[in-house]
Amino acid sequence: MSPRTEYENQLQQVHDELLLIGSMVEKAIKRSIESLRTRDVELAQRIVDEDDEIDDRYLALEELCIDIIARQQPMASDLRALITGMQVGSELERMGDYAEGIAKISIRMGDEPPLKPLIDIPRMADISIGMLRDSLTALNERDAALARRVWHTDDEVDQLNDQVYRELLTYMFEDPRNIQRATWLTWVSHNLERIGDRATNIAERVIYLTTGQTPAPDERWPDVGDPTPQDPTTPTNGSTSP
Amino acid sequence: MINLRIDAQTTDAVATPSQNGQTDAILMTRSLNFWYGSAYVLEDVNCDVRPREVTAIIGPSGCGKSTFLRCFNRMNELIPTARLEGSVVFRNRDIYDRSVDPVEVRRQVGMVFQKPNPFPKSIYDNVAYGPRVNGYKGDMDEVVETSLKRAALWDEVKDDLKKSGLALSGGQQQRLCIARALAVQPDVLLMDEPCSALDPIATTRIEDLIRELREQLTIIIVTHNMQQAARISDRTAFFTVAESGAGVLVEFNDTQKLFTTPTDPRTEAYITGRFG
Repeated sequence: MSPRTEYENQLQQVHDELLLIGSMVEKAIKRSIESLRTRDVELAQRIVDEDDEIDDRYLALEELCIDIIARQQPMASDLRALITGMQVGSELERMGDYAEGIAKISIRMGDEPPLKPLIDIPRMADISIGMLRDSLTALNERDAALARRVWHTDDEVDQLNDQVYRELLTYMFEDPRNIQRATWLTWVSHNLERIGDRATNIAERVIYLTTGQTPAPDERWPDVGDPTPQDPTTPTNGSTSP
Repeated sequence: MINLRIDAQTTDAVATPSQNGQTDAILMTRSLNFWYGSAYVLEDVNCDVRPREVTAIIGPSGCGKSTFLRCFNRMNELIPTARLEGSVVFRNRDIYDRSVDPVEVRRQVGMVFQKPNPFPKSIYDNVAYGPRVNGYKGDMDEVVETSLKRAALWDEVKDDLKKSGLALSGGQQQRLCIARALAVQPDVLLMDEPCSALDPIATTRIEDLIRELREQLTIIIVTHNMQQAARISDRTAFFTVAESGAGVLVEFNDTQKLFTTPTDPRTEAYITGRFG
């Protein structure tokens, strides 16, 4: 038996709680896009209501981490795990807020007819959710290589966000009556882009957890190619439908 | 009777120069092995202590921390059956060389012990003791005042220097012992769990003092309190007990690195409380 059973249990509790909050956030993001696509206002309202539980669980997690630090004086990988736990918890809580934000847009849109079929926004959502899932898997398995891959996937989300933004601008220019609905969709796109950013933050925390070093913001990892920067004025190929 | 058998090597053979041909260590051990009779206490310890830094030594009971500390000023040779092999180099000279006077080593490498041990004399005489023994002929009042100030005790005792050192509180007694050690102007101060008999407030005073003294001299401190090592030291050495039963140096690293990202899994296991 470990000489610090209670301590071990508390560390495990932090870990389990993070994964639970992560799964709640993943579900909220998925359902927020679902509510947008199917125009399900009731579902959107449930997402808004359920965000309180994510917030409460995050605050409880933070209190638990502070309590462990104060009472158990963790060191080395335990200390890194607790600091990471608090930071990842904060990232997840904000991701939950973004899902709630999308749900609120869904509610605002109400019965307004859709601007056009949603294609790129669900793609962004799928990639962002994949990033979240991979970052949590990397956390669970302390897999720095997987965490690094998450970081690079964020470029795809950023490019889609740019694409969606340009596309929606053209809708606004074409007909000012589109401005309200196009603006809502740019907010949705922005929220998904921020979710991707938060997932990369989690990935960075995992790299710190496993290696003890925080990667520099502009660092690029040699095992993944650096995507060619895109000229924002150049039209892109493929689907640009939001 | 001193049974210390010395296998001293010449300094040139043991010093490991850096790229510019100089070593920046003030104290070094090379292939240091130590026995009490048949008990093997330290196994092949190689360690460089940098000047004007606080070096903490941590590790489980029986790993040879205090023995290692005492190797730096030949205190171990006061113990019968003690035997040392290898070398301990202070300022590029092996202190176990036959030509070296251990009294002179101890003047330059002072020591503070676990329990405050003032002499049953006045505060003044406690501090003046070392300089007198060393034949100091200068202004003793100045030495006493300077030493007590450096030990952050002057303000508390300046009006009562004739009072017995034993009449002071535990924390004050320990600072008096530090002042006594400082009075002979050592380059290095060895501290063997100097706060283990003190309350948290007195401990804080000593820790503050260690931080201040670090500007002027090199400090090596053995402590069981890992938080204390983390708080006050620049570098930390982790010792453990090897299969041979002797203490081995597992990891010697920057304190920040050792307590957040230790290199050796044995260090990780110890400082997270999963071993020892």
